[in-house]
Amino acid sequence: MIEAKDLHFTYPTGLEALKGINLTVDDGEFLAVMGQNGAGKTTLVKHFNGLLKPTTGEVLVDGVSTRDVSVAKLSRNVGFVFQNPDHQLFSETVEDEIAFALKNFGFEEAVIKKQVDWALNLLDITQYRKTSPFMLSGGERKRVALASILAWDPKVIILDEPTIGQDHQQKEKLQQFILQLNAQKKTVVVVTHDVEFVAECNPRVILMSQGKILAEGIAEKVLTNPKLVAQASIVPPQITQIFLELADLGLPTDVIDVHEATKILLGRLRERQ
Amino acid sequence: MSVFEGFKFRKVSSVVHNLDPRIKFFFVCILFVMAIMFTKLLALVVLFFIPLPFVFMARVNRQWLRSLRGAALFAIFIFATNILVGYFYPGSNKQIIPPVDTTTEYLILLEYASAMTLRFVVLIASFSMFFLTTSPDHLGLALQQSHIPYEFCFAFTTAVRFVPVLADEAQTIMDAQKARGLELERGNFLKRVRNYIPILIPLIVNAIRRSLELAEAMESRAWGASEKRTNLYTLKLRRADYILVVVSVLMLALAVYVWLYVSIPSLTALLSL
Repeated sequence: MIEAKDLHFTYPTGLEALKGINLTVDDGEFLAVMGQNGAGKTTLVKHFNGLLKPTTGEVLVDGVSTRDVSVAKLSRNVGFVFQNPDHQLFSETVEDEIAFALKNFGFEEAVIKKQVDWALNLLDITQYRKTSPFMLSGGERKRVALASILAWDPKVIILDEPTIGQDHQQKEKLQQFILQLNAQKKTVVVVTHDVEFVAECNPRVILMSQGKILAEGIAEKVLTNPKLVAQASIVPPQITQIFLELADLGLPTDVIDVHEATKILLGRLRERQ
Repeated sequence: MSVFEGFKFRKVSSVVHNLDPRIKFFFVCILFVMAIMFTKLLALVVLFFIPLPFVFMARVNRQWLRSLRGAALFAIFIFATNILVGYFYPGSNKQIIPPVDTTTEYLILLEYASAMTLRFVVLIASFSMFFLTTSPDHLGLALQQSHIPYEFCFAFTTAVRFVPVLADEAQTIMDAQKARGLELERGNFLKRVRNYIPILIPLIVNAIRRSLELAEAMESRAWGASEKRTNLYTLKLRRADYILVVVSVLMLALAVYVWLYVSIPSLTALLSL
């Protein structure tokens, strides 16, 4: 469980990025952190594995303050997938890249081999085992980066903008994959701008603006509130936009799911006939 | 990475900022030459104070101090190397007769090592003052008006401009690798150096990738289309610039005089009197 208590953070440059965040992320929860650029989303999640330490207030991971533990130790339980895979890839082969963290954590050789195989398979990149990560396409590099984190099977997985630079098909796969992880009782925290992605996963959402939490709740409630989303400089999902515009016809306005929308519209059509 | 902070330009207006970059560079170079001329601690202490008024006039003291702090590690390294070399190969220092055994000789060695360290600090202090108060644009202009081919000027200003970008990127890469269990401070000296490989490779690869992208972006904006470039702004020497030239030349003349005709006493000798 991750808890932020009255968390404030100011960068050395004087920029006050977080202004009193109170938040609990339960075990096995799926949370999306949304908000405009510079709202403090990445700054917040960087506190969850101790990359940043609170200026005041505190962050507890499983009851232990992040101030008292090294990033390496926290990372064993909290995996963080950075936005840009190019900020981490350095090995000669994909295989070595995935084994890097496992070696750092001091796993045994046999376990490393097993976990690397498992992660390669999980992200469907076994064929690139001996390839240089620099030779891969952007989407593939992203998958290697993801595999290199999942390889040590952390309890919590933080993904910073996972959908950026992915084509539709990859995004769909990623979405299935994240839902699957969550179904396996992993805690998943996603930082994203992608409303459509969030709408389809329907996690708990926190909306951030200027270093504060503006609202929180399930995606269906938060993303369908036009005032709130406007404050956080995001646009409601397209399905919601349609339903908001058709509100005069007596249609519900809290719809974010395509299937649900189809059902409602079909029901209306049948009533008319 | 704080040493980079000391070379990051911030737009402010002050007497020092408004000086002609060519003259300021000339002044800093004179300081450089003077720092190389003298090996006595007393002389270098005096040199250390010369850039101070400029730093205060430009109100960049905080950033300037940060750059000195950033250079501290390297300064300690220089100090330690000088002590070790002076101790084990005392013949290399003319003031000490091997073997080093008397208190005076230890003091001389200590003074010599301090002087060498201070020489480095003087260089960082003066060049940091220069870069903190000179915008990359002005620097480029200065080079161009010194009849250096535009391609070289551009390469130079781009390099300077990308220093802070690279510093930011290095920080992100460090975070990404720390999140994969890399502990930079772990292990013996060799292991610690090796710990930096996962940081340096992505940094270099990204820098190359970025430079290629920059080149393509420039080509597509007609880089080099016109033979003779003109500039919106041109640099003109003002009264303060002429004063600084005179001061610089006088300083150099004084330094040469002292170097030729005055034997600067060592602190050790002064104290033992």
